[in-house]
Amino acid sequence: MEAAKAGKTMEKFDKLTGVAAPLPLVNIDTDMIIPKQFLKTIKRSGLGVNLFDEMRYDRQGNEIEDFVLNKPAYRNAQILVAGDNFGCGSSREHAPWALADFGIRCVISTSFADIFYNNCFKNGILPIVLPQEDVDKLMDDANRGANAVVTVDLENQVITGPDGGEIRFEVDSFKKHCLLNGLDDIGLTMQKADAIDAFEKKYGAEAPWV
Amino acid sequence: MSAPKTLYDKIWDAHLVSEDEDGTSLLYIDRHLVHEVTSPQAFEGLRTSGRKVRAPEKTIAVPDHNVPTTLDRAKGIDNEESRIQVEALDKNAKDFGINYYPVSDVRQGIVHIVGPEQGWTLPGMTVVCGDSHTATHGAFGALAHGIGTSEVEHVLATQTLIQKKSKNMKVEITGKLRPGVTAKDITLSVIGATGTAGGTGHVIEYCGEAIRDLSMEGRMTVCNMAIEGGARAGLIAPDEKTFEYVKGRPHAPKGEAWDAALAYWKTLFTDEGAHFDKVVTLKGEDIAPVVTWGTSPEDVLPIDAVVPAPEDFKGGKVEAARRSLDYMGLTPGQKLTDIQIDTVFIGSCTNGRIEDLRAAAAVLKGRKVKDGMRAMVVPGSGLVRAQAEEEGLADIFKEAGFEWRLAGCSMCLAMNPDQLAEGERCASTSNRNFEGRQGYKGRTHLVSPAMAAAAAITGHLTDIREFDAELA
Repeated sequence: MEAAKAGKTMEKFDKLTGVAAPLPLVNIDTDMIIPKQFLKTIKRSGLGVNLFDEMRYDRQGNEIEDFVLNKPAYRNAQILVAGDNFGCGSSREHAPWALADFGIRCVISTSFADIFYNNCFKNGILPIVLPQEDVDKLMDDANRGANAVVTVDLENQVITGPDGGEIRFEVDSFKKHCLLNGLDDIGLTMQKADAIDAFEKKYGAEAPWV
Repeated sequence: MSAPKTLYDKIWDAHLVSEDEDGTSLLYIDRHLVHEVTSPQAFEGLRTSGRKVRAPEKTIAVPDHNVPTTLDRAKGIDNEESRIQVEALDKNAKDFGINYYPVSDVRQGIVHIVGPEQGWTLPGMTVVCGDSHTATHGAFGALAHGIGTSEVEHVLATQTLIQKKSKNMKVEITGKLRPGVTAKDITLSVIGATGTAGGTGHVIEYCGEAIRDLSMEGRMTVCNMAIEGGARAGLIAPDEKTFEYVKGRPHAPKGEAWDAALAYWKTLFTDEGAHFDKVVTLKGEDIAPVVTWGTSPEDVLPIDAVVPAPEDFKGGKVEAARRSLDYMGLTPGQKLTDIQIDTVFIGSCTNGRIEDLRAAAAVLKGRKVKDGMRAMVVPGSGLVRAQAEEEGLADIFKEAGFEWRLAGCSMCLAMNPDQLAEGERCASTSNRNFEGRQGYKGRTHLVSPAMAAAAAITGHLTDIREFDAELA
């Protein structure tokens, strides 16, 4: 089977229990998530140390104490609760690579930029869109430091807060399927090779200039 | 008769390979543009899985982000990581047999300038690139998406993209523009009105008299920044200007193929009565020359306004504005035209085309940049550069005190040595004023080419409408 031949599967995401870190700033862009000097790599790994680099370190490379992921309670955070329009800007997949490499597997916000949102799913990260009041509630939960332990259950599409309160979320069925099973998109599409061949033949006749 | 369709609907339908019950679709891709930053991991993925590039003849690569723009760049790239990335593209292009414009080729330049210039970008096509400013190609009535590296690999391997259809959004700019107002002012004003998430989940079609009146260069500037408004793609229906621009380009169809293509292209418009999920209308006459004051492209104000206060905003934007003002070193109430600048950057995929250089040169002709000003012009491609030299624009720039550089992305995102130092403040024709975008703690004000040139002369952000009077 093509997917097996690929020998490359994405990390699965089914249920995640971890500390949620609050990052309430709106419009956190991809340059903030991973500044351009780290885009020169030709690998996907090793970017976690530079996640949020210019917010996280001073010019000498010392940690900035106030930054949330530098605080003891959040150093191993696996979930981010963020302000509106998270991931706006560039298409750089280095942004989700950096998040994943740091250990973040889930980002929760009222909205995400489209390209970033797509890129997350290709890298085993679940981005969750919720209404403002739910994000506000989770932001409060996330502010509890080490007690900000949240469970995200993708199969049942439920987030459970530290108090046991539950919030349901929506997710695209195809993306959910791929994430739950760690499926590689390319392998799946290769199974439709006949349809692509047929399209190319018909289209090539209709639009030979392409 | 079938239901009326938008331009986006038409292009989508023409490229649909398959569609699942939940709407997940496979879209055929006509042109795949590739640059060195977002592609090495994708090619590596192909190698490890033993896959080929399905349609190398539809795949076009050019290095742009990392390349030095200094005149001595033939000597090689000093920064080792940048050099490795460009060398990786050299090798990948060769190994996989794709079309390639290396650094040494006069046709090299920013991928979004090279594509249209070489006639790779044609109306009605689907175009993708691992770069968010791919939206630029929408100016030709092509559906152009920015994609991530996993999707780059997917397109390389399958010549398709997995997509769900976006919503339709219409942005209409009615009437005429006032003097001094450019395509850049239109696109920034739209973002100022809708916010950076205003177009999220949508494909924008720009229309209206002011859009029709723009040249192809101007239309590319407008579509280029669709992504800054959150839309993954921006479109403008093709017309005679589009066909005129395309005709005779190296990869444009010729002879009978041209006639057939042209007949099809003339069907590419939104049908009367087609449905848009969102409509935004601006009056051309209400658009002023604008400038950004903050660290998001939505932080747009007319040049004759003052710096806002955080309290002028609502919700999470209050804190974001406070942070922006602190980062930018600005005080609420300060006149925008009082903001002193020390650097001017003219270039990028937003404003690095010949018309942009002409507009800047018209302001600079016979004048000198302010003492101490660092001013740089980076043509968008080697061919734009050659044309500007032929037209005498290069001499105007040089005599005014601008550095006349070779083509590349340069200080738009500062991956090469062209960067702002901490605290430096730049009037820039690029597309993003994010924190650190042009260099660590560098401060960016986005403007049109004419306003950037004017600022280089006066040393402060300048209202182009007052410029001649100020110098008189």
